[in-house]
Amino acid sequence: MTIIDTTADAPAPKGPADDGSGPLLDVRDLHVEFKTRDGIVKAVNGVNYNVSAGETLAVLGESGSGKSVTAQAIMGILDMPPGRIPQGEILFRGQDMLKMSYEERRKIRGRKIAMIFQDALSSLNPVLSVGYQLGEMFRVHQGLSKKDAKAKAIDLMDRVRIPAAKERVNDYPHMFSGGMRQRIMIAMALALEPDLIIADEPTTALDVTVQAQVMDLLAELQTEYNMGLILITHDLGVVADVADKIAVMYAGRIVETAPVHELYSRPAHPYTRGLLDSIPRLDQKGQELYAIKGLPPNLTRIPPGCAFNPRCPKAQDICRTDIPALVQVTERDGSALPGRGSACHFWKEQIHG
Amino acid sequence: MGRYVARRLLQMIPVFLGSTLLVFCMMYALPGDPVRALAGEQTVDPAQIAALKKDLGLDLPLWHQYWNYLVNLFQGDFGTQIASGRPVAEIISEAFPITIRLALFAFTFVVVAGISIGIFAGLKADTLRDRGLLILTLLLISVPSFVLGLVAQSFFAHQLGWVDPNVSDAAPWGELILPATVLASLSLAYVARLTRTSVAENLRSDYMRTAVAKGLPKRRIIGVHLMRNSLIPVVTFLGTDLGALLGGAVVTEGIFNVKGVGYTVFGALKSREGSTVVGIVTLIVVIYLVASLLVDLLYAVLDPRIRYA
Ligand SMILES: Nc1ncnc2c1ncn2[C@@H]1O[C@H](COP(=O)(O)OP(=O)(O)OP(=O)(O)O)[C@@H](O)[C@H]1O
Ligand code: SF4
Ligand SMILES: [Mg+2]
Repeated sequence: MTIIDTTADAPAPKGPADDGSGPLLDVRDLHVEFKTRDGIVKAVNGVNYNVSAGETLAVLGESGSGKSVTAQAIMGILDMPPGRIPQGEILFRGQDMLKMSYEERRKIRGRKIAMIFQDALSSLNPVLSVGYQLGEMFRVHQGLSKKDAKAKAIDLMDRVRIPAAKERVNDYPHMFSGGMRQRIMIAMALALEPDLIIADEPTTALDVTVQAQVMDLLAELQTEYNMGLILITHDLGVVADVADKIAVMYAGRIVETAPVHELYSRPAHPYTRGLLDSIPRLDQKGQELYAIKGLPPNLTRIPPGCAFNPRCPKAQDICRTDIPALVQVTERDGSALPGRGSACHFWKEQIHG
Repeated sequence: MGRYVARRLLQMIPVFLGSTLLVFCMMYALPGDPVRALAGEQTVDPAQIAALKKDLGLDLPLWHQYWNYLVNLFQGDFGTQIASGRPVAEIISEAFPITIRLALFAFTFVVVAGISIGIFAGLKADTLRDRGLLILTLLLISVPSFVLGLVAQSFFAHQLGWVDPNVSDAAPWGELILPATVLASLSLAYVARLTRTSVAENLRSDYMRTAVAKGLPKRRIIGVHLMRNSLIPVVTFLGTDLGALLGGAVVTEGIFNVKGVGYTVFGALKSREGSTVVGIVTLIVVIYLVASLLVDLLYAVLDPRIRYA
C-alpha cells in the first residue's frame, strides 16, 4: 500500500470565543433539508441541543425523526447535495463550524469530534486491515510512521479489550464478530482522544448480551477521558443507565429535553409519554403493548401547527395552527426546572396532570 | 494457496489438450491439404503427392498425426512448414513479439484511459459529464471494431495523410499507435463503464462516510479507500480481457497489415499449414490461461474476503 498522504500535525483551530466555560458543542436552530424527486424533505427543522465535557446526551425518537441527519450535520458528513443547511449554527467550543473552511473542519473531524456508526461491518473498509484503519488516524493526524501507527493500533485494540490484539491487528473486518467489530469502531473514534463522540445507535446491530458490554465499555471510556457523548438510540433502557440528559426528537425538532430521571418520572410532552408507555414491562406481561397510533409525518408535508397533532391524544384546535415553541418547564409554583423544556401547548397539563 | 495454484495448473492440461485437438480436427476437416496447396494450379502426378504425404506422415489417421504432433511438441519441436521448410518455432518467434507489442500497447491504453475516464465519470455520477462519457462509450461498444479500424484508417491515413495506412514489417511503436487505439477501443469502453459504476457505487458506501468522518484528506479518501475497493472488479475484467485483446489483434492486424500472429495464421490457413496454426493457437490459449490464473491470484490479494483453497 502506498502512502498517499501524511498531513503534518497542525493544531486544530481554537476559537477566540472559547473560554472553556460554555458547552463543548452547541447546536442552535439547525435546519437540514434534502432535495428529492418527491419534493423537499425537511429532515431537521430547528434543532437546539448542547453537550458539555463529560456529559452524555441521549437523543431519542422514532425512525426518521432526524437524529442521524443532525449528527451528520455536526460531523460535516451530510450528502450535499442533495442535502442543504439553510439555517442554523453548530458551535464547537464557541466557534461556528458551518462557517469554517473544508480544511478547518477536516482537522476537527476524527481529532476533536469522532463518530461511531451503527453497522460496523459496512462502516469499516472491507479490504483494509483493522490495524491499517486504526493506524491511519495517527498517520494522518499526527504524522506517525507506519510502524509506530501499528503499535498504537495494537494499544488501542487492547484498550477496547479485543483479545490477542497483537495477533489480530492485521486481520480484516469480516474476520471479527459483531461485538468485536463495534469495539474496533469505538477504538477508532477514541484514537485521538477527541473531546466529543457521537455514537449513532452503536449497539442496535448487536445481540443483547453484547449490547450491554459495548455500552459499558463506551460509558467507562467516556468517564475516563472526560469526553462529551451524544448517544443516539431507540432504546430507552440503555438511556436510563448511561445518559445525563435526554433530547426527544419528533419530525426534525426537539420536542422535549430533560435530565434523564425526570423525563422518565414526569414527561412534559404527550409524545414522550407515548414513548415511555410503549416500553414493554414485566409487570404488565400478557397485556397488549401500547403503541402511539398513526405514523410519523411525511417530511415533505409536515402538518401545520404541532407536527404531532394528528397522532396526539391531547390535541386541541390551537395545535393544528400554532407551532409550539420549546419553552422552559416549571413546577406548579412557577419555579424553573433546570434543563427542562417542552414544545407542547399543553405541557402543564401533561406534567402536572 | 499453493494447492489452489497447483490445481489450477493441473486443470490447464486438459484444456491444453482439448484446444490443440480441436484445432487439429478443424484443420483436418478443411478441404485441401498442404501438399496440394504447394503445387498450386499445376497438375501433379497423384503418385508423387501420395509419396510426399507419406513422407510427411499426412497419410496417417488423425489420432496418429495428433499423437506424433504432441510427442514432437513435448520435445520442444513445433514442426516444420511444408512450403517454406522453415521451423514453425522460428515463424512464431518472429510473429509473436509484434502481436504482443500491439496487444500490450492497446492494453496499456485500456488501463490508463479506461480507468481514468471511469473515475472521472463515476466521481460525478449522473451529471452532464458523466452522461456524455456514457454515451461516448456506448458508441464505441456498438460500432464493430473492424468498421472503426477501416474508418480510422481512411480518415487518418488516406484523408489527413498523418500516418501510413500499412504498418511496416518491423512494426515500430510509433506506427502501432493507430492500430493499438482501434484495438483498445472496445475494451476501453467496457473498462470505463465498469470503473464508473464501481466508483459511483462505492462512493455511497458506509465506509466512505467513515473515511470522511475520520478527517482524512480528500486524496487519501479517494486514492486509498475508494480506489482499493472500486478497482477489484476492474482488475478481474482486465485479466479476461487480455485474451480478447490477443484475439482482436488478429482482426486489427489484417486491417493495418501488421505482420504479426494474425497475418501468419491467415497465411498458414490458406496454405493448410496445420502445425503452424495449431502451434500459434495453442500458445494463445496458454497465455490466456496463465493470465487468468494470475488475475485470480491478484484478486485474492486485492480482496481479503476471497480465499482460495
Ligand atoms: N441523503 C438523503 N437524501 C434524502 N433524504 C434523506 C437523506 N438522508 C436522510 N434523509 C431523510 O431524512 C429523514 C431523517 O432521517 P434520519 O436518518 O435522521 O432519521 P433517524 O432519526 O436517524 O432514524 P433512524 O432511527 O431510523 O436511524 C428521513 O426521512 C430520511 O428519509
Ligand atoms: S402541542 Fe398539541 S398536538 Fe402537540 S403535543 Fe402538545 S397537545 Fe399534542
Ligand atoms: Mg439514524
